[in-house]
Amino acid sequence: MTDSIPNIADMIIEKLLANPKVPRNINADSRIVEDLAFDSLAVMNFVMEIEDTLDVSVPLDKLADIRTINDLASCLHDIKAEQA
Amino acid sequence: MTSGLFDKYASLKKSYESLVEASPRNPFGVVIERPLSATVGIIEGRETLLFGTNNYLGLSQSRHARDAAIETATSMGVGTTGSRIANGTFSLHKKLEKRLSEVFHRKHTMVFSTGYQANLGTISALVNKDDILFLDADSHASIYDGAKLSGAQVIRFRHNDPADLDKRLARTKNSPGARLVIVEGIYSMTGNIAPLKEFVDVKNRHNASLMVDEAHSFGVLGEHGRGVAELQNCEDGVDFVVGTFSKSLGTVGGYCVTDHDEIDLMRLCSRPYMFTASLPPEIIAATLAALEDIQNKPELRTALQRNSTQLHAGLKELGLTTSDFVSPVIAVTLETIPQAITFWNALLEEGVYVNLSLPPATPDNRPLLRCSVMAAHSPEEIAKAVTVFGKVARTLGVIS
Ligand SMILES: Cc1ncc(COP(=O)(O)O)c(C=O)c1O
Repeated sequence: MTDSIPNIADMIIEKLLANPKVPRNINADSRIVEDLAFDSLAVMNFVMEIEDTLDVSVPLDKLADIRTINDLASCLHDIKAEQA
Repeated sequence: MTSGLFDKYASLKKSYESLVEASPRNPFGVVIERPLSATVGIIEGRETLLFGTNNYLGLSQSRHARDAAIETATSMGVGTTGSRIANGTFSLHKKLEKRLSEVFHRKHTMVFSTGYQANLGTISALVNKDDILFLDADSHASIYDGAKLSGAQVIRFRHNDPADLDKRLARTKNSPGARLVIVEGIYSMTGNIAPLKEFVDVKNRHNASLMVDEAHSFGVLGEHGRGVAELQNCEDGVDFVVGTFSKSLGTVGGYCVTDHDEIDLMRLCSRPYMFTASLPPEIIAATLAALEDIQNKPELRTALQRNSTQLHAGLKELGLTTSDFVSPVIAVTLETIPQAITFWNALLEEGVYVNLSLPPATPDNRPLLRCSVMAAHSPEEIAKAVTVFGKVARTLGVIS
């Protein structure tokens, strides 16, 4: 199943690594703000890109609880399931 | 004792200190000692051209509005000391609401004490946690804050992109709550103009409602100055227009106009309307006079358009990066923050005041020098601003 949480996390990491400013050693447990040095606007803009790939929309209040790449993957997974 | 209250300021303090260190003057602390006219003010003891206001029609200096304020302050005093719900409405509030409804050809108007509160008060009255808001990604802080106050789910769509909104509305077609789309007429940082007609088509297809913040476009665009909706001939498709008196009208305050008859119920569940003091009488009188100026002097809009075209073309010809939209807000995009700080200081030292906007308050993470044009600028003042921009840009190697 392509939309499992680990698959989504891999996809996120791949997209993040396409940005040369992102540290190379990130994994699913990396913290988006602290480890990747994203500010709130950068997080929102990055999430928009993933939304298109997965054809979902993430409400902003959901972003508030997200710390790690894994949190984001699991949030996207849940929304995708709800939307199906 | 502040017991850790300010610990969270550590990183802000660091960036602020490095900013202040890099800049001979605090970009957030410019003091306009006094305006000499709409277009010239005294800054640091020097006469300085003002290209960093929102005073598009120059009406903050309207003699007519000033006289109306003086006369009203003399007869009615200077404040209301309370909220309209708790402490009473003045007849002038009613008069202003009636006048705005006439100006917009709408049934109802609700006025607020600021434009910021107009967004908070309208959005929070219209949606709650069961509803979904669709916000243009580059929306003003007051729209984001209104969204937060409302508790509604917030979905951002790509700036000025009706197709992206379309996709996002489609994804939520099975949600039970109401759906409200919010866009601006002219975007305050970049001067970009919304493709409103296309947004209207999209929201109609999905049976959603539309609110448009015409803060920067009222008095500026459209044959009668009603903003982007009038310009693009799609006013029927807009459910709520929100705006401010603090820009083209030159005073302070905000409004929401609509044909929906529920407006009197909105007054009872809009906290930013209820729990704050209402507009003082002299401000209302000045605003009414400024509305007359806007109606009686269409030449102000023509002059503004001409001036916007002159500044936009001048900056583009220099080779600076600006939006392709010609509007009274013209922002020059630069690459780095230190470059922007140096550029901005040099402009001020040469007698031209513009706004320095730094990320993350800018749309694409790059710094902006935001210029705003007035109807009252003379062709010579605009030419001087362009010359100064060119001189500084060449000195800093931004252009060759
Ligand atoms: C798009 C937009 N909406 C609302 C506001 C708030 O208006 P005011 O400054 O009158 O409170 C502003 C300006 O600050 C704005 O740019």
